Formats: sequence, C-alpha cells, structure tokens
Amino acid sequence: MIKELTILPGKDKNANRENFDQITIQAGETISIVGPTGSGKTAFITDIELLAQGDTATKRRILINGKIPREEVRYDPAQKPIAMITQNTKCFADLSVEDFLSVHARARKIRSKKIINDTIELANKFTGEKIKPHYKVTVLSGGQTRSLLIADALLIGAAPIILLDEIENAGIFKQEVIEIIQNTSKIIIFVTHDPVIALLTKKRLIMGTGAVKKILCQNESETGAAQNLLELDRKMGVIRENLRAGFEITNELLNVSFA
Amino acid sequence: MKLVIIAGPPSAGKTSLTKQIVKAFHPDLKIAYLKIDVVKAYEDIELQKEFQVLTKKIYSGDLCPDHAEVMVMGEAIQWAENNHADLFIVESAGLCLRCSPYLNQGLGIVVLSSIAGIHAPEKMGAMVALADIAVVTKIDLVSQAEREVLIQKIKDVHPGIILLETNALQGTSLNRLYELIKNSPPIDQKTLMLKGNPPLGTCTICVGKKEIGWKYHFGIVKKLDGLAAEYLYRGE
Repeated sequence: MIKELTILPGKDKNANRENFDQITIQAGETISIVGPTGSGKTAFITDIELLAQGDTATKRRILINGKIPREEVRYDPAQKPIAMITQNTKCFADLSVEDFLSVHARARKIRSKKIINDTIELANKFTGEKIKPHYKVTVLSGGQTRSLLIADALLIGAAPIILLDEIENAGIFKQEVIEIIQNTSKIIIFVTHDPVIALLTKKRLIMGTGAVKKILCQNESETGAAQNLLELDRKMGVIRENLRAGFEITNELLNVSFA
Repeated sequence: MKLVIIAGPPSAGKTSLTKQIVKAFHPDLKIAYLKIDVVKAYEDIELQKEFQVLTKKIYSGDLCPDHAEVMVMGEAIQWAENNHADLFIVESAGLCLRCSPYLNQGLGIVVLSSIAGIHAPEKMGAMVALADIAVVTKIDLVSQAEREVLIQKIKDVHPGIILLETNALQGTSLNRLYELIKNSPPIDQKTLMLKGNPPLGTCTICVGKKEIGWKYHFGIVKKLDGLAAEYLYRGE
C-alpha cells in the first residue's frame, strides 16, 4: 500500500540546495507542477519515476511510505508503483497496437487478455480518429499515440502513483482523462501549462532554475475560478470539435455554447 | 584488478556509459581503458583528455573485433596490471553479433539504446544472452510503456540479466551499476576464458583464398539458394 510519497531536496542548476526540507504527498492528493519551460518540471517527475536516490542530475531522493524503496521496486516494472505519461508522441517499437500492449501487460505481470481491448477502447475515448488493434504503433498520429499511452498507463500501468507530463498537448480530450483519474485514492501529479489543470489540483509546485521555488495550496477563490475556467474550456472544446469536423461556426452555435 | 567488458552496437551509448563509470570511480580507483574497434575510434583520446586515465586502442583490421580481443587480451591485461590499474574497462565494437566479447570473469555489460528497435535484443544473440548486465540508454527519448516493452523483450532473451535504465549523458540512476562494479571480485589471468563458444570453424575466404567457384573452397559455407544438402561444405 502506498500511503505517502516523499521528495527530499536536491540541487538547482547552479548547484544550490533546494529550499525545502521535504515534500510529502498523501494518497488521494493531486498536485500540479508549473513553471516556465526549462525550469525543471519534467526532471522533477522523472526523479519520481526513477525513484531517484541521489543518482540523477538533480540529486533528489524519493521515499515511499517514508522509506527508501527496495531495489526490485526500482528496477522491475511489475513491482513499480508508478505509471508515467511522458510527452512522447512517437513509438519506435515495430509492433502492432495489440502486440505492444500484450508485451507491456506481460512486463507488468497482468494475465488477463481482456485488458488489451479495454485499453484500446479507453484510448479511443481520448482521440478523434479511432485506433484499431492491428495498427502498427509506429504509424499512429501524435494524438493517437498519446491517447494509447495514457490508456496504457491507466489500465496496464495501473499504478497508485500517476505522473502526467503536459497532458493538454497533442489535441486529445483532456477533460475525459481528468474525469477518469480524479477522485481515486491515487497520487496524481500533473506537469502542466494549462490553468484549468493547475487550478483544479490541491497543491501547486512552482519551479525555477531546476528547483522547487514555492509550494502553494489551492485557495477558495481559485476553486471558483477553476469552475469558471472549466466551463470556458468546455465551450472552447465545442468550438474546437466543430472546427475539426469541418463545420462552420454560426451565431446559433455561439449562442448555445456561450449562453 | 577488476574487469568490465562493455559491448553493444555502434551509437548505443557505450562510451557515454564508460565516461559515467570513469566519473564514478576516478580517482579512487586507478582506471585503464582499452578500445577495440575495426576502422576508426577516438574514444581513447576523448577519455584520456577528459579524465587523464590510462588508455589504449587497437584496430582489429582483418580479424573480427571479438577475435582480436581474444588475441590481445592477455597482453592488454598485463599492460593494465603493470600500470597498477584497479579497474580495467574494455570497450568492444562487437559487430557481427555471432560472438560476444565477455570473459568468464569480471562483468559483461551490454548497452542497448531505447530506440534501437524492439527486435534488437533477439537479433543481438550472444551479446545479450551472455551479458551479466544490460544497460538501456536514451530513456528520455521514449515513453515509460515503450521502455518496459523493450525490457520485457530483453528478459525474454535472458531472464536472469540485471536490467538498468539510464540517460547515459546525464548518468541517471546508475548507482546499482557502480555497486555491482565495486563488489565484483578481482580477475585471475591464469583462468581467464572466453565466456561464449567461438564459431565452429573458419572458411577459405576468411583465410584469404581469392579464387571464384565452389571447387576452390571448403569450410562451413552455406550455398546461396540454401538447397545444399550438406551444411558442412568440404570442397569439391
């Protein structure tokens, strides 16, 4: 059981020690990591994914339930309690979608055959153009690849800690993703430039020059703002999907969407 | 003296990994480094410049690189020992994938790139199957799922292998490798042997016969159409 995740301070790009004693994230908490590009956001979640023990560029150390994780937990995918959705929009494996998923299920020691179709079905909820089991993963579009990798992380990775790197990219339906992962007992960490996602999480970590600069908790007016932004985002979504489907944007549509 | 033999296809990240190992142990351990390559190699100069460690290179020329290694290894180990090295790192070119350069002592490390292709572990045969440790590099370029798929493919070839993943340019999460090197026992030159089996024999082309046609040749040769009844061709 994962009760908490602890991040011990490392060093910033100028080799100065990070200005916190430890960051502890409890099961069920959602966190967002924000900051300019190059500020160390991806490095922060990569440290978590690798369960770094002072042996990454940042020198951070990661504890699970207050303890240094055992070696097997670090190196065996079947025991790893972490699923990470990276920014990759490309797969290099010369495998079909179903073969890719079945090898990954084997790596994570999942026996059920049903998981393959379930994963493809879930991926198809996030993407416009549907993915078929016999497609090669190498020919999937950027958005399809991300959708597949997200569904894979949720069902095959199926870990108590989920790390998502800029999920808003590549034109996938992010609200569907957020709906599925919220209100679970998982630890969920978003790296994001999206104000909606940033305001929806309980805590925000602000990064700069490779270090955690500030930790903020969501305040009441932010919760309100998040709801407004969510509504705005939904409206944007309607227009985006209409544009994508080749429709013209009419006054009627605008009235319905923005009423 | 400890021995580490590093193998892997070109551009997998062997030298980047070597540099991280050198960084981790230099100057606590005195390091000697040998590069075996076929046509061209600059790694020895790079390492010499960057870390002032003892380096040497050899071009295998007409021999295959693994064969060259077997031939020069005795002298090379003597050279390293005469220079009081504590850790001897050999970086091999390992090209034809028929053999592997690992010895029955020390550590054999195969370096594979995350983007080398999913069937690479199977294709690399002995280089993966006889290694003690596999280091998967360039992990920052692919998704977690794809990394785990590649790891599974390596385990299919060699279930007992110790698997490590790294971004070798940064030297990410290599603590376990350093521990394994630290704990590996010293080698004994008198009982040092090649780990894998060398090829069954050589062919007449390999020994330099230039004549065209079957009647001039013998050895273990396959015919182009594959219909040859006898796999072992004894000449006509």
